[in-house]
Amino acid sequence: MRAYLPAYEMETPRDLEAALGRMASEPGVWRPFAGGTDLMVLLEAGKLPHQKFLNIWNLAELRGMEVSSEHVTLGALTTYTEVQRNKTLLREFPLLCRAAAETGSVATQNRGTLGGNIANASPAADSPPALIVYDAEIEIVSAGGSRWVHYASFHTEYKKMNLHAGELIRRIRLLRTHAQWKQYFRKVGTRRAQAISKICFAGAARVEAGRIADVRIALGSVAPTVLHAVRVEELLRGQRPGSAVLQAAQDALNAEIAPIDDMRSTAPYRRNVARNLLAEFLEVLAG
Amino acid sequence: METRVIGKSVPRKEGRKKVTGRARYVDDLSFPGMLHGVTVRSPAARGRIRAIRFEGEIPWHEFTVVTAKDIPGKNCIALLIEDQPCLAAEFVNHPEEAIVLLAHHDKYLLEEARRAVRIEIEPLPAIFSIEDSRARKEIIWGQDNIFKSFCVDKGDVDGAWASAAFVVEGRYETGAQEQLYIEPQGMIAQVSEAEGVTVWGSLQCPHYVHKALMVLFGLPRERIRVVQTETGGGFGGKEEYPSMIAAHAALLARKSGRPVKIIYDRAEDMVATTKRHPSRTRHVTALSRDGRLLAMDIDFTVDGGAYETLSPVVLSRGTIHAAGPYACPNVRIRSRAVATNAPPHGAFRGFGAPQSVFALERHLDRVAEAVGIAPDELRRRNFIREGQTLAVGQVVKEKVDMNGLMERAFALSGYHAKRKKFAAANSDPRGAIKKGIGFASFLHGAGFTGSGEEYLASEVAMEAMADGTVHILAGSTEMGQGTNTIFAQIAAEALRLDCEQIKIIQPDTAYVANSGPTVASRTAMIVGKLVETAGLGLLKSLTDGEFLQPGYTAADFSRACGEYVAKHGPLKTFVKYEHPRDLHWDDLKYSGDAYGAYAWAVYVAEVSVDIRTAEVRVNDFVAVQEVGKVINPVLAAGQIEGGVAQGIGFALYENVVWQEGRMVNAQMTNYVMPTSVDLPAIRVYFEEIPYGRGPAGAKGLGELPLDGTAPAIANAIAQATGVDVRQIPITAETLLEMLEGVHA
Ligand SMILES: Cc1cc2nc3c(=O)[nH]c(=O)nc-3n(C[C@H](O)[C@H](O)[C@H](O)COP(=O)(O)OP(=O)(O)OC[C@H]3O[C@@H](n4cnc5c(N)ncnc54)[C@H](O)[C@@H]3O)c2cc1C
Repeated sequence: MRAYLPAYEMETPRDLEAALGRMASEPGVWRPFAGGTDLMVLLEAGKLPHQKFLNIWNLAELRGMEVSSEHVTLGALTTYTEVQRNKTLLREFPLLCRAAAETGSVATQNRGTLGGNIANASPAADSPPALIVYDAEIEIVSAGGSRWVHYASFHTEYKKMNLHAGELIRRIRLLRTHAQWKQYFRKVGTRRAQAISKICFAGAARVEAGRIADVRIALGSVAPTVLHAVRVEELLRGQRPGSAVLQAAQDALNAEIAPIDDMRSTAPYRRNVARNLLAEFLEVLAG
Repeated sequence: METRVIGKSVPRKEGRKKVTGRARYVDDLSFPGMLHGVTVRSPAARGRIRAIRFEGEIPWHEFTVVTAKDIPGKNCIALLIEDQPCLAAEFVNHPEEAIVLLAHHDKYLLEEARRAVRIEIEPLPAIFSIEDSRARKEIIWGQDNIFKSFCVDKGDVDGAWASAAFVVEGRYETGAQEQLYIEPQGMIAQVSEAEGVTVWGSLQCPHYVHKALMVLFGLPRERIRVVQTETGGGFGGKEEYPSMIAAHAALLARKSGRPVKIIYDRAEDMVATTKRHPSRTRHVTALSRDGRLLAMDIDFTVDGGAYETLSPVVLSRGTIHAAGPYACPNVRIRSRAVATNAPPHGAFRGFGAPQSVFALERHLDRVAEAVGIAPDELRRRNFIREGQTLAVGQVVKEKVDMNGLMERAFALSGYHAKRKKFAAANSDPRGAIKKGIGFASFLHGAGFTGSGEEYLASEVAMEAMADGTVHILAGSTEMGQGTNTIFAQIAAEALRLDCEQIKIIQPDTAYVANSGPTVASRTAMIVGKLVETAGLGLLKSLTDGEFLQPGYTAADFSRACGEYVAKHGPLKTFVKYEHPRDLHWDDLKYSGDAYGAYAWAVYVAEVSVDIRTAEVRVNDFVAVQEVGKVINPVLAAGQIEGGVAQGIGFALYENVVWQEGRMVNAQMTNYVMPTSVDLPAIRVYFEEIPYGRGPAGAKGLGELPLDGTAPAIANAIAQATGVDVRQIPITAETLLEMLEGVHA
């Protein structure tokens, strides 16, 4: 442990109101601490600059799962383990379940939360591509009230997002319209478990009479934020998923992504694999 | 021969303690008044130290601060030579070189303090590659950047080219690899007028630490004491580096007058301690029309990092293993260890051999292709047999049957059928998953090289107590590999007792005999033999004095010990290694009997490659080896399985990312070792041909599995993809790039 522990403080608020009140009283000073699976890594390495934390793990208002006829709504504290155990999610939102199953290890899945994955704002996070494909909306709350935002536009630049001091992510809402869509997920990590994504691809499409009636595609680790591949989607709508459209779609994707070299992989690798996964996705749609 | 306990999988001596959490590792120990210590390291790869500043809001007066000026003896970590400073005084030669030591009772505050020390360095030009070092772009060590070079010369290589039907050339590279023992390094030291210097810690070679501390403190032998605590893995990583940490802890202890504990966290352990030497090998091989080896010209270079440490010895083993288990009349091996401005590379299981064996075994598959015969046929035509001479001029006197091992490995893995089936399936361009099967055949010498064992002259002591308990006193260490258990088995067998009656005394230089370092696959074969001899010696004392008659029971034995001790006092034997008279080694010519015995092996790997992502998966692994008598089958198989897993990491995953001589991916998230789900079933088989000079016929096997795993995998990938793999680790990034070349 490289951190100087006496410099850190943690409080456990009794309920959501108390938590938001605390955050409002000293804006930007208190930072939420959910499962801690991202924060503890920084603490251990002596790289956690923030020093005051609100332990939100026990806030009932951020937990639970609700299913209505139109939506499934997940509390921000929903863990990867809970995601994988939910029947509705397994049936209708397999991409999210796959992402959860391929996140870290069992221990990480027991503590790690969807809200934490979103707010940590890593471009390599694994649940965001699935959330974008499902057109998730997230509810953001503060002492001043609540607002819903489209998740696809939540992340603005590297590690920047539409979340202000004093705000918490409370819930995530998924539209139940994708159950009949053909779905494809593939995480390419450095190994088969306990791996950070080198590239993560989530896609789903409604195929009618051999044509792509609607499609959503998102990728991790290929741009400063998780990427919603809108231009590829535009190009594919109305087309037959086959070799005729493949090249143009791959070119569009290539133009849309901006991968980098880092210690886990290289930009050319990410470009090539993104292209190949798109081809695999189209094969799934054609099949 | 009927055995009592040899060849049986008796449970690990210390197993119960380990699984119940009662085993005490160095970080579990605490002494009254103990301080914690940390190391402040060089931010630069090479340069002159201009200033050291203690900044920040740190109560500096509460800290013990040590620099090179506080060293009482010589400022070096004495090993083969004395070139590596304990603390850099004026110049630094690699990133993370130790410069200042701090101690304080609050280990968290100590971290803050470590960050508040500013070291100003005036940079000097540095070199980071074997190529730059050999080109002498900058001279950073000695006259020519060369720590050591060897030349092995057998027959007349230059005379062979003219008559060759084929000449095949190839260059191969291997990367650095981190040992990744579970327990990071750590030491506790105590220094007093009365007792001198004592250290406790996680280490492989107590007597190496002992020697280094004598030189550092300028103290005689009896004023230094080194105690090994339970050790959570070593793999060579705790061969030489523990001397450094022990030295640091001891300097802080001396200055503060208190016990001082230094424990590295994973990040520091990865960034500052040794790794496997990166290597470059060039082969030029001449063959006759029918695929017989006529000449092997091998050039082998390892990157030693900034100081010599053990590089000459690593180079030596790599050199001797470079020509493999083949009979070739003309062999030349030129090799060298060169300096770069990286932290010194060091001992790592296999010790140079995995590097040169990778090159050879990958090369031979390419040679077979050039000659137009199957890779196994090429090996078959050239395998060494009893009575033939290895590259270093050693006549093989053991019964060796490489072909038999190969056939068994092929039968167990279904090699021939699969090779055909995969070739057919791979030719279908629609398939995204390509499969391949490949193998490597190799040998590994047990014990120190050449005259090494003769110089070491290891000793083991054994004492039978009055209650019949038998104590083994040796410096050989248990670090998870099974020393305690096999020593107990060997002694129990010699004395015809059960293992429970044998006690292994904790290695402590004040009490145990110097049985040499626990390295080089030497512990079972060399030290084990001393244990066996000591046991027989004890028995002889008891039977000669008629305290004990043949056909005795354990109770008889105990009673006899009691009577002997009552009559004569302590019943103790000392045994010293005697070099077999018929083993000769010429250090100047670098030729002769390099090792007393070899382990022989053929490994087969089956892989699949997803050509969309270039992800490689090892689907099956068969490891067949001849290691003499297997003392403990479960432990032996465990050694092979672990070694293969480590070899898979070496081949596919473990990639040290360097930036100006510094490892930048020094975390287990980004330095990727295989997990259990990345590993195939590893199927282990032993052939046992008893070796006359090993205890109950045993040879060494600890390092063996590292040698053949990577080339078997590389050869399998070559079959699967058609990619001519020349370099490990074979990351998905490099493989994808090469696949584009193949399929373009
Ligand atoms: C061993 C290991 C393996 C991992 N593997 C993966 C992987 O494969 N894929 C992957 O994507 N991630 C992985 N992670 C990262 C991590 O587990 C996930 O990002 C996880 O979802 C984070 O959730 P958490 O609740 O633990 O977040 P925390 O660490 O508690 O918080 C992370 C960030 O989010 C903020 N935050 C948390 N909750 C809220 C909220 N409700 N509102 C506003 N801000 C909030 C915190 O202030 C902090 O900035 C791994 C981590 C570890 C340690």
